Amino acid sequence: MEDVGEKFLQVVIALAIFAAIIGLIMLLVDRAPKSFRDKATIIGFLAPAGILLTVGMVWPAVQTTFLAFTDRDGNVNGLDNFIWMFTEPTALVTLRNTVLWVILVPTISTIVGLVYAVFIDKAHGERVLKALVFMPMAISMVGAGIIWNFMYAYRGTEQDQIGLVNQILVWFGGEPRQFLLDAPWNTFFLIVVMVWIQVGFAMVVLSAAIKGIPADIVEASRLDGATAWQQFWSVTIPSIRGALIVVVTTITIITLKVFDIVRTMTAGNYDTSVVANEMYTQAFRANEPGRGAALALVLFLMVLPVVLYNARQLKKQKEIR
Amino acid sequence: MANIRSKKAVLPLAALSVLALTLSACGGSEGDGGGEEPAANCSAYEEYGTFEGEEVSVYSTITDSEQDLLENSWADFEECTGIEVAYEGSNEFETQVLVRAQAGNPPDVAIFPQPGLLAAQAREGYIKPAPPEVEALVDENWSEDWKSYGTVDGTFYAAPMLASVKGYVWYSPTTFEENGWEVPATWDEMMELSQTIADSGIKPWCAGFESGEATGWPGTDWIEDVVLRQAGPEVYDQWVAHEIPFNDPQITEAWNTVGDILKNEEFVNGGFGDVRSIISTNVDVAGDPVVEGECAMYHQATFQAANWPEGTDISENGDIWAFITPGEEAGSSAITGGGEFVAAYNEGEPITAFLSYMASAEFANNRVEQGGAISANQGLDASLASSDLDRQSIELLQSEETVFRFDASDLMPGAVGANSFWSGIVEWINGTPTEEVVDTIESSWPE
Repeated sequence: MEDVGEKFLQVVIALAIFAAIIGLIMLLVDRAPKSFRDKATIIGFLAPAGILLTVGMVWPAVQTTFLAFTDRDGNVNGLDNFIWMFTEPTALVTLRNTVLWVILVPTISTIVGLVYAVFIDKAHGERVLKALVFMPMAISMVGAGIIWNFMYAYRGTEQDQIGLVNQILVWFGGEPRQFLLDAPWNTFFLIVVMVWIQVGFAMVVLSAAIKGIPADIVEASRLDGATAWQQFWSVTIPSIRGALIVVVTTITIITLKVFDIVRTMTAGNYDTSVVANEMYTQAFRANEPGRGAALALVLFLMVLPVVLYNARQLKKQKEIR
Repeated sequence: MANIRSKKAVLPLAALSVLALTLSACGGSEGDGGGEEPAANCSAYEEYGTFEGEEVSVYSTITDSEQDLLENSWADFEECTGIEVAYEGSNEFETQVLVRAQAGNPPDVAIFPQPGLLAAQAREGYIKPAPPEVEALVDENWSEDWKSYGTVDGTFYAAPMLASVKGYVWYSPTTFEENGWEVPATWDEMMELSQTIADSGIKPWCAGFESGEATGWPGTDWIEDVVLRQAGPEVYDQWVAHEIPFNDPQITEAWNTVGDILKNEEFVNGGFGDVRSIISTNVDVAGDPVVEGECAMYHQATFQAANWPEGTDISENGDIWAFITPGEEAGSSAITGGGEFVAAYNEGEPITAFLSYMASAEFANNRVEQGGAISANQGLDASLASSDLDRQSIELLQSEETVFRFDASDLMPGAVGANSFWSGIVEWINGTPTEEVVDTIESSWPE
């Protein structure tokens, strides 16, 4: 009880302080001399966000970058962590897996999502069909990992299967398999989980974009005698190009950061580790913060171009409008 | 709901009732400390003083039913001293405690199952040295060995709490009797027995090493047991201290000896499948086939007693019983074991009171009385143990004859003991040859 009261009081005080600061900024901006007022407005309102960003993001980023060049005891060790990353066999497997994830997940998710969106467009029961594919998006990645762990669960030939996938294999006369133990195929079985989640996102965005294609273009192509295939390639795809790029880049960014699925399903064992998972393992379990930071830095450099491209595309689209 | 005329009334009413429920729930938990019955005899707790309204946060690996028993064992302490123990158990303790310490948000008290991790945290300056009262209690109640596990570079930091004896082999006396099998007295006899059982069509062994991010740890117990029995305590100590490399021939030999059982398709994995199903079978259910007769033997520490299905009769002639993994010669009594250590991240009188209680014989007696746990506390009354097995284990721990060694992986640096040793076991079961695995672990040892 006291706790609840105390927390409420804290919230009220925090809100009051926030209001007071905003009020003060507004007052100061309003009182500024006329010649300076525009600049004062900009600085006044950007400064709080700017300061928070510096404290919460820029400074830790700088620290992490520095940490990437130090060893376990905090001494500078030059490029050792990066040399480790690109020469140690297990670290190389981690990089290879991340590349696999980044190539496969966005491509497969987008293609499957697009095809599904095109086929169910204006179909009977479209909403239900959409909801079915979109639902996995609502499950957290840890939850999805646990669900799929059961899907892939293994029991020997003499025992009753408890995993759906192996049970199906057995029904068709096959031998049960250890899906998560055999490299490199286990990585693909993990990728399936991510695709299962992301297809829904791709499908919903692309479906909306398809519905946004002006009816006159579609009609004109039909009058010109375009086949369904020609319509798809020459009308649909170019018209939804912007949405496609957003979908691909967004899924790429999510995939680069994948951590939860790998951690819950294999904990990075059996050659399935990815950069984000290895970063955590090195920094917090192996007590090698330098290596963890180096992996974080590489991950950042991998995500950066995708984010920049994503931002530039958004800007371009705005200019066209 | 017809009597509520306006729909508008429903929402505020619902909100009110939720609020009322929340408030009453909060009130309930507060009430515990007050206690309706003045039952507990507080005279035993007078020495700790009273600290009305103070709270001590405790963080550890102990969860589920073991958590309830642990919390019960300090309930009287809470009632008599007024200290509220805010307990939190987590399966991710080993990493999260490091994260919290680094972030400046550590618990007041942490219960470490690995002296190696404790030492690393102490060397980084996060953990406070034990108060003198606590050290005095430990000198009184524990052997030098046990005190040394909580000591880092000459400073004493943490008192031991509970203990477990590792290296028990669980079996079903009924199944053994029906088939005319005898409990083996030496390692060779155990291998012969395994072959006999395998020939009769039952898998002699079952095992399961899956345990979330700690997957692989039950395998380290196997290796440690064999190193201690085959190479002896001196080699064991050198191995732990890295005076001999991890890929020393004597250690590699121990791996191969274990491999004769665990990597032998004829011998494993009863009730689950092939050799590799060991790493995908969860450690909590891995022993179950012993009860069902699909597997004859299961190697696990004393704490396995809590994992058997409810209603299992654990006694010498009951459903389940256990023998200590035999040594090369009959009658040798070298055992490995583990334990927890209570360390403080913060200082204060309530914290000191709590630490003193945890190091006392009262706590050990209170906890052991409830079953499923033992302690190496010399003040512990073995007759309080809830089962014959616990009594046997306590006597083993207190006996002068016993050669006791602490779980090696828990003493090794975290980078090995809580990382590459585990993942090495996993790779090994998954098919990687022994030499390659021990070389990889050796190369991960921090200089």
